[in-house]
Amino acid sequence: MIDPKASASGNLADKRIDLMLIADMVDSGTRVLDIGCGEGELLELLVERRQADGRGLELSQRGVNACVARGLSVVQGNADTDLSYYPDNGFDTVILSQTLQATQRPRDVLSEMARIGQRLIVSIPNFGHWRVRTNLLLQGRMPETNALSTSWYETANIHLCTLLDFTELCDTLDLKVERCITLNNGRARKIAGAPGVWQNLTAEQAVFVLNRG
Amino acid sequence: MSDTEQQAEQQNLASQQTENSVNDDEGIALAQLNGVGLRLDNGSVLEDVALSYRTFGTLNDDKSNVVLVCHALTMDQHLAGTSPVSGKAGWWSHLVGPGLPIDTDRFFVICQNVIGGCAGSTGPTSQKPDGSGVYGIEFPVITIADMVRAQNLLLDHLGIPDLFCVIGGSMGGMQTLEWAAAHGDRVFSAVPIATAARHSSQNIAFHEVGRQAVLADPEFHAGAYHEHNARPRKGLAVARMAAHITYLSETALHRKFGRNLQDREAVTYGFDADFQIESYLRHQGMTFVERFDANSYLYITRAMDYFDIAADHGGSLATAFQGTKTRFCVMSFTSDWLFPTSESIDLVRALNAAGANVSFVEIETDKGHDAFLLDEPEMTSTLAGFLRAAARDRGLA
Repeated sequence: MIDPKASASGNLADKRIDLMLIADMVDSGTRVLDIGCGEGELLELLVERRQADGRGLELSQRGVNACVARGLSVVQGNADTDLSYYPDNGFDTVILSQTLQATQRPRDVLSEMARIGQRLIVSIPNFGHWRVRTNLLLQGRMPETNALSTSWYETANIHLCTLLDFTELCDTLDLKVERCITLNNGRARKIAGAPGVWQNLTAEQAVFVLNRG
Repeated sequence: MSDTEQQAEQQNLASQQTENSVNDDEGIALAQLNGVGLRLDNGSVLEDVALSYRTFGTLNDDKSNVVLVCHALTMDQHLAGTSPVSGKAGWWSHLVGPGLPIDTDRFFVICQNVIGGCAGSTGPTSQKPDGSGVYGIEFPVITIADMVRAQNLLLDHLGIPDLFCVIGGSMGGMQTLEWAAAHGDRVFSAVPIATAARHSSQNIAFHEVGRQAVLADPEFHAGAYHEHNARPRKGLAVARMAAHITYLSETALHRKFGRNLQDREAVTYGFDADFQIESYLRHQGMTFVERFDANSYLYITRAMDYFDIAADHGGSLATAFQGTKTRFCVMSFTSDWLFPTSESIDLVRALNAAGANVSFVEIETDKGHDAFLLDEPEMTSTLAGFLRAAARDRGLA
């Protein structure tokens, strides 16, 4: 059976950088919900380095059990169906790392996140990256890149988007892009505000910090 | 002893061969609280309450290392060590002891026989305070909340301000939830296992079948069987047989017994125990009646039936836990159809809605409800991880 977490995210090195970047964006001692927390790598960073009051939601039972055995507060659940059970403004920061593209209803997930948290941190692979575009344009094949490393028939990614698609959805939901960090070959670049056409072409993935404006 | 308990005992024997066991008769104690009245949900007051309990490990100087383990319907306070009644290892010996998840080198562990029980605490087999004989069916109907009130009395008696953790499976899980909902200021962390925030209609139905079997036994004598030097053995045995099926799973039953015949080559065209499963259940029933009181069985099953935390809080389970500071670790088992995972999910969603700190793990097993009594490695590692993190945050060395 395919582990949805593994197939939804990119390669390990990029994922690590993604996690470190996110951990740096969380203020010490705040309340954090990590949706799709896997085996708790980020949550553990947040609890131990940022003294966060960290909670997790994870689909796979194996991931949940690993988290709880590590002493993390994690429940088994589904981002598509279970966020509605969390109270309004229950968290300072709600994190969705490399998971949005694997949800059934990304728009609903984002708006639920905005209801639950003051601040959202969302990381996504960029389907607008030039390598993705050339894969399709020149070879006529479904793209496989660092950030999208699984073949089309095995991937859990059902709602892929470009960075511009994502920021448009954020506009629709009245979510303001506070910061964006693009990632390319393991190198991070900070952008004030939303990414533009150039980043949409060159970034393999991006981490967005959003607030309700 | 049930087959499950036999397995548990084998595990216990195995753990005793390591260094992980506690002394045979460690910590057996009785608190006779004369002059103390326990006000019950049914409006009456239980006088001169006796609380039979057992402790393991050592209370630390600031009394911050207390773990209360709540027992299930037909269990007792002998969760580790050896039971002086049965001579067998305690029912959670594989989890409670030095270096084990409920580590008696770090924690002071208490387990108290519930009121209404028949292992030393005040119950139907106890003498009435006015000296007019044993309670029998005159014992007041008790609730899970009453059991927990009695445990609060025991803590007061022992001078213990609060609990580092309350842990329990099945009915013990109900007590755990009641502790968190009604006495949350005394509970730092809670581990409800294979349980629910209310007893389901189906579970009430099974209990009713069991009670009617007891009541229909001519030896029951309207609950005063002790005055007739009799016991409703057959009725209680049937109750146990029916209940025992609910503790297992179809898969486990089929794997173990299939349609195998008992000591014979062919069916006998009669109502003897042709099948192994029949023989097994009869054995379960017959051994149970030797260790359990029929009236206690009526009272305790009734207490479980009445349990409904949401109903006590305006119909909302989230309201019951609103603002709770207690951290929770909820566990369920995939093949448990008595307290199915859906009940735990309802509980977890309510705890999330209440903003509680909650972990939830569903453990894959085909052993049914009884899995909480067995050595399930995922349950062990989850419990150990949760307690380790909670102890760190509580500042326990």
